[in-house]
Amino acid sequence: MTIQAEAPKSAQPQLPHAGERKWQDYFTFNTDHKVIGIQYLVTSFAFFSIGGVMADVLRTELRTPASDFISPELYNQVLTLHGTIMIFLWIVPAGAGFANYLIPLMIGARDMAFPKMNAMAFWMVPPAGILLVLSILVEAPQSGWTSYPPLSLMTGKVGEGIWILTLLILGTSSILGGINFFTTIIKMRVPSMKLTSMPLFCWAMLSTSALILIGTPVLAGALLLLGFDLIAGTNFFNPTGGGDPVVYQHMFWFYSHPAVYIMILPLFGAISEIIPVHSRKPIFGYLAIAYSSLAISFLGLIVWAHHMFTSGTPAWLRMFFMITTMVIAVPTGIKVFSWLATMWGGKIALNSAMLFAMGFVGEFVIGGISGVMVASVPFDIHVHDTYFIVAHMHYVLFGGSVFGIYAAIYHWYPKMTGRMMNEPLGIAHFTLTLVGTNLTFMPMHALGMQGMNRRVAMYDPQFQSLNEICTAGAYVLAVSTLPFFVNAIWSWSKGVPAGDNPWNALTLEWQTTSPPAIENFETLPVLTGGPYDYGVEDFPDDMLPPLTSPELQPDSSAFS
Amino acid sequence: MLAGIALTLASLWYGQNHGLMPVEASKDAALVDDLFNAMMTVGAGIFFLVEGVILVCIFKFRRKKGDTTDGPPIEGNIPLEILWTAIPVVIVLVIGVYSFEIYRVEGGFDPEAAEQPAIVQVAMLPGSGLEAGLMDAQPAPKGMKHHSHMALGVGGSPESAQNAPDLTVNVLGLQYAWIFTYPDSGVTAGELHIPVGKDIKLTIKAQDVIHAFWLPQFRLKQDAIPGQDAELRFKPTLAGEYPIVCAELCGAYHGAMASKLYVMEQDDYDAWLQQQVAALDEPQTVASKPDEINADAAYLAPFASQFADQTGVDAELLQQLHPLHNHELMKAMQPPVDPAAVSALPAA
Ligand SMILES: [Cu+2]
Repeated sequence: MTIQAEAPKSAQPQLPHAGERKWQDYFTFNTDHKVIGIQYLVTSFAFFSIGGVMADVLRTELRTPASDFISPELYNQVLTLHGTIMIFLWIVPAGAGFANYLIPLMIGARDMAFPKMNAMAFWMVPPAGILLVLSILVEAPQSGWTSYPPLSLMTGKVGEGIWILTLLILGTSSILGGINFFTTIIKMRVPSMKLTSMPLFCWAMLSTSALILIGTPVLAGALLLLGFDLIAGTNFFNPTGGGDPVVYQHMFWFYSHPAVYIMILPLFGAISEIIPVHSRKPIFGYLAIAYSSLAISFLGLIVWAHHMFTSGTPAWLRMFFMITTMVIAVPTGIKVFSWLATMWGGKIALNSAMLFAMGFVGEFVIGGISGVMVASVPFDIHVHDTYFIVAHMHYVLFGGSVFGIYAAIYHWYPKMTGRMMNEPLGIAHFTLTLVGTNLTFMPMHALGMQGMNRRVAMYDPQFQSLNEICTAGAYVLAVSTLPFFVNAIWSWSKGVPAGDNPWNALTLEWQTTSPPAIENFETLPVLTGGPYDYGVEDFPDDMLPPLTSPELQPDSSAFS
Repeated sequence: MLAGIALTLASLWYGQNHGLMPVEASKDAALVDDLFNAMMTVGAGIFFLVEGVILVCIFKFRRKKGDTTDGPPIEGNIPLEILWTAIPVVIVLVIGVYSFEIYRVEGGFDPEAAEQPAIVQVAMLPGSGLEAGLMDAQPAPKGMKHHSHMALGVGGSPESAQNAPDLTVNVLGLQYAWIFTYPDSGVTAGELHIPVGKDIKLTIKAQDVIHAFWLPQFRLKQDAIPGQDAELRFKPTLAGEYPIVCAELCGAYHGAMASKLYVMEQDDYDAWLQQQVAALDEPQTVASKPDEINADAAYLAPFASQFADQTGVDAELLQQLHPLHNHELMKAMQPPVDPAAVSALPAA
């Protein structure tokens, strides 16, 4: 349990109001981590919408076997932009948004370690993203988000050049963010907070930052060499000049496999925060979850060639990468079972945040199971580059990351805005998302195994009926975002006032005002207990027991 | 307890009856399916367990209205945590060893897959049969060693790896078609015909960009990488007509890059081959028959015929494909010329 030693609640309303945030601040080079966090989140949701429209364009094309909605060239452009946007402009910056907003609050710091660098990292994202999106007006990249040479060297210099430039900028932004998160977590914790008493979200971000810092420079190297091949006519990867296209694949996946963990680990961390609060139980196995993040981070660096089992990878390497990939199931399983054990026997408030968190566990585990399957070389040889892989990665990144982002928004929205989100709208959002996700991605497993290859604008007519189901699901997912956006925008000004700690949570971000003052804490807090001591009896005498807030909790859940 | 038994039975049943895999056209395909069924059984078990626990939590551990107290402060349980660490470790080890074994039986470790470029050259020289090529194969001179490529693809099964395959076909992927040449007879075709029950070796090359040669009914796939040869070796056990799919994004018409694999009875295959060889010997007769060329068009992009106007596989290309006009293609079919290897040849 955590308390603010010298700032009891009664003192908080007297905080100086001179430092209030103005809405204009969100459009400036502001160094406040909370402003930057919200900038990241709003930006990422904007790109999520664009990438989502593109997904539905792709699904509309795939409703019928023939290429009859858009031209196959345009299809490949939209396909490339969809992948690139969803990864580099949606999930990664959304994770960075939560990290920026939450890390200083969770560790009792007044800001990030390098605030100016932080603002700089954010302001690289919108121009790069806009450049990439607008490329569709001239010539968009069309060799997939993996951009394998020699295809990427042959499909249009302008589009490919824009793609490389965009990713270099976004990669740089990501590195700056990673340096900031890492330093802040290591150096800026309140003195009373040991590493092993910090919230699990911080452990997850520590692991994520390590991956960013080790992986991204290698991607940058691959992109630079690809750029030379493209523009200067060098032959690093171009086989017609003696280059080796497989080397690009190694360098690309050395970053891009860890990128999956860069996208999922922050949400693992968020789920580890959300589940105990709404289950009113301590997190089950704190240390196991913390260290499993580090284990995933380390193992994530030595599995990249499992994307290349059918490529230029010799037999023994295929076996090595199969084993390392499968071993990742162990730390991931530890997390899943720990979350289940945290919920088990709890007093679960079935509000939108918790529903999405439970949905996260239930959907992610499907992606995890298919992940172990595709790690097996003989099976992967069959399903590699098919719709089975499309299904697998969307269960991880949509069923996982996107559910996690939604859960985190519902959970921390009251802290960020001082207002509650509307519960009926939230539950409608959850129901539509859950139905849409499974409708869209479940049939893809069968499609892939039956023989449908991925990244195709036209396909064998025998696959049409399942594709129609997928397309219908994609439309449901499009509709599902409407209640969410209405809710998020409407609640910002009209939502029920949340108070400082509506969930009665124990981590430090809830021990200050909502939204927090510019300097976060008037007096820096002192820890007297762990971040998840729910139901623990021995509170200090001057603290109220961490009851569920009677005014807000019962109404905040339509189910309880 | 009861739930545990139900869960086990349900996963055992689903692991065998998912019906997700296409026809098995070789013994290796059946082996891969056994492996998948095993993984599906375990996977279904984990799936039912996790979703079951979530459902119980939703219905049983939902907070009652008006209850504002916290749950029991359980912070962990070391034996339980060891259990759910150890069980996945055992599961992935078993799946790992099982996958390793299937991969070995399939021929994934066939060292002969590491062809020396010199041998490929000899084997492909017109007039010299494959057998001769293999017999002539001598240890490559020391200086050449690093020119040879790694073993790529799936080779012969451990029993047959030492023997020469019954039939070798060269496969060339190009935007957006597969072209098959039979080095023993000089036949070139846009579809792959092979005899059933024979040990088949495909040498896979790419001309322009990376493609991937996928035989779904054989559970086999190998990227065709420009400048790097790969192989697939397998024994079809079920005659029939199967799709050949390109699985690596190779351009706008990637989805239409498809062909057919005909696994034929030996007699039918011999008849087909004879017909092709005859066409090769008497090019004039065939060239004067435009119908035949159209027939080529039909088989070259069979299931993509509906997109024939878009595929880029047009009449011109087909004419090139035709034996009379295929000099360009025959040149393309040769492995990328490695000057070092060529100059080293006479010396070896
Ligand atoms: Cu292709």
